[in-house]
Amino acid sequence: MTGPLPWWAEWLTAICIVSGAAFAAIGSFGLVRLRDFFSRIHAPTLGATAGVWSISLGTVIYFSVQGFHLFLHAMLIALFVALTAPVTTIFLARAALFRERLKGGPVPPTAQMDDATPRAAPAPAPLQDR
Amino acid sequence: MTPVLFWAVKAALFLLAVAMLCALWRLLRGPAAQDRVMALDCLYINGMLTMLVLGISYASSVYFEAAMLIALFGFVASTALAKFLLRGEVIE
Repeated sequence: MTGPLPWWAEWLTAICIVSGAAFAAIGSFGLVRLRDFFSRIHAPTLGATAGVWSISLGTVIYFSVQGFHLFLHAMLIALFVALTAPVTTIFLARAALFRERLKGGPVPPTAQMDDATPRAAPAPAPLQDR
Repeated sequence: MTPVLFWAVKAALFLLAVAMLCALWRLLRGPAAQDRVMALDCLYINGMLTMLVLGISYASSVYFEAAMLIALFGFVASTALAKFLLRGEVIE
């Protein structure tokens, strides 16, 4: 372990870490608290965005001040998660929608189309939906 | 390490442990398979954040690579599981 950090760097790192961990905790608590799947899938995104960004900002501040040069690698993780988390979430939501429709369970209402041709046969058509 | 950063790391690790327990509860309890996959994804991200905080705690940047690997494998695992739920096969 190297020498002590200046006080402002310690405070910035501490604030970033604790707020990021609190975001992650709130987001994961939403998994327990919310009622059904389609509302629960919104909760962990809080940890995947705000939590990841602020903890990696804290890491960048800490290692940059400690090593006397800019340590930007941690931002790579935040960038990677920002790119991949929406892909996973959308994919999982499509899978859940498909399975619920197949099972005949409750699904959230679809958006109303404004064009002249209405959607024919709303019940069996979504089964070919991919 | 001064008391400020020491207690900040302790508090962050405690909050992340609470987050992982919430995700684990949903993973074990979840009524449908998609709930479990979502909880696993959340667990991956919380574990990755724990790795980053541990890297600050021990002042070593080795933990950074572990966090990167967890993020990478978490994405692959969640996508493969979602694909499996959607089609019944991962690679067709």
